[in-house]
Amino acid sequence: MLTTIAGRPVHVNDEGFLTEFDEWDETVAAALAADIGVVLDEERLAVLRFVRRDYHERGTTPTLRRVSATGGFDTKRLFVLFPKKPAKKMAYVAGVPKPVGCV
Amino acid sequence: MTTDRPVPTFDDDVDGGRKLCLICSKGSLDMAYPGLILANAALGEGIETHLFFTFWGYEIIRKKTMANLQFTAVGNPASHMPALAAALPGMQALATRMMRRQIADLEVPTVPEMLDHIVAAGGHLWACRMSADMMKLKLEDLHEGVEGVIGATEFMEISAGAQTLFV
Repeated sequence: MLTTIAGRPVHVNDEGFLTEFDEWDETVAAALAADIGVVLDEERLAVLRFVRRDYHERGTTPTLRRVSATGGFDTKRLFVLFPKKPAKKMAYVAGVPKPVGCV
Repeated sequence: MTTDRPVPTFDDDVDGGRKLCLICSKGSLDMAYPGLILANAALGEGIETHLFFTFWGYEIIRKKTMANLQFTAVGNPASHMPALAAALPGMQALATRMMRRQIADLEVPTVPEMLDHIVAAGGHLWACRMSADMMKLKLEDLHEGVEGVIGATEFMEISAGAQTLFV
């Protein structure tokens, strides 16, 4: 469905995840972060940039383990930045699909 | 913030009290992963997760063995290998190598890496006291993340109110 986030038109699915990779920018991300009670700061943006780059290169949303092992972000810290369900929350704010990988 | 578009709630509160306990009782390469993968998934969903390693499951957390778990097709009809062939010398090493490669190809981490990741994600590792006594093992023989060697009764306390799976 077409909706408006941060004053610009974007497409989202039934759950609210962005469906068009290129409709994301940091302003949209800030609004998405606010949706789930997270403040978008430089540390979180660095994680999101990795998530987006990895998704762009591989066509699959990285799992938490991949963000930590390949992206080099500390797992414990990711649980602080995106509490409880870091992988899903990172994907949501990064404007990529919900992760489906097992590990 | 009010909005007319769907926003995921991520059910943070719904799962707030959810708790999962996995009893890992087998020490083969193929049977180590189910528990570790489920633990990893549960932690990623914000679920409090405990793993209790008992008997052969100790292989998974013993420093000496955790990186060297084996797979055998013997006694495993699902492998579709003729029983006699599966028992040939060298076959276990071959089958183990093949499985390790398949696991690596899927970018699934090794057993020690899985344990590291589970601990970093807030998972709790426990070792069975009776198994430790039988095998003459101490806490220092086990993965650094193991929080304690505990008895069955203590496990009952830890697992109070949890969904418990025996692997």
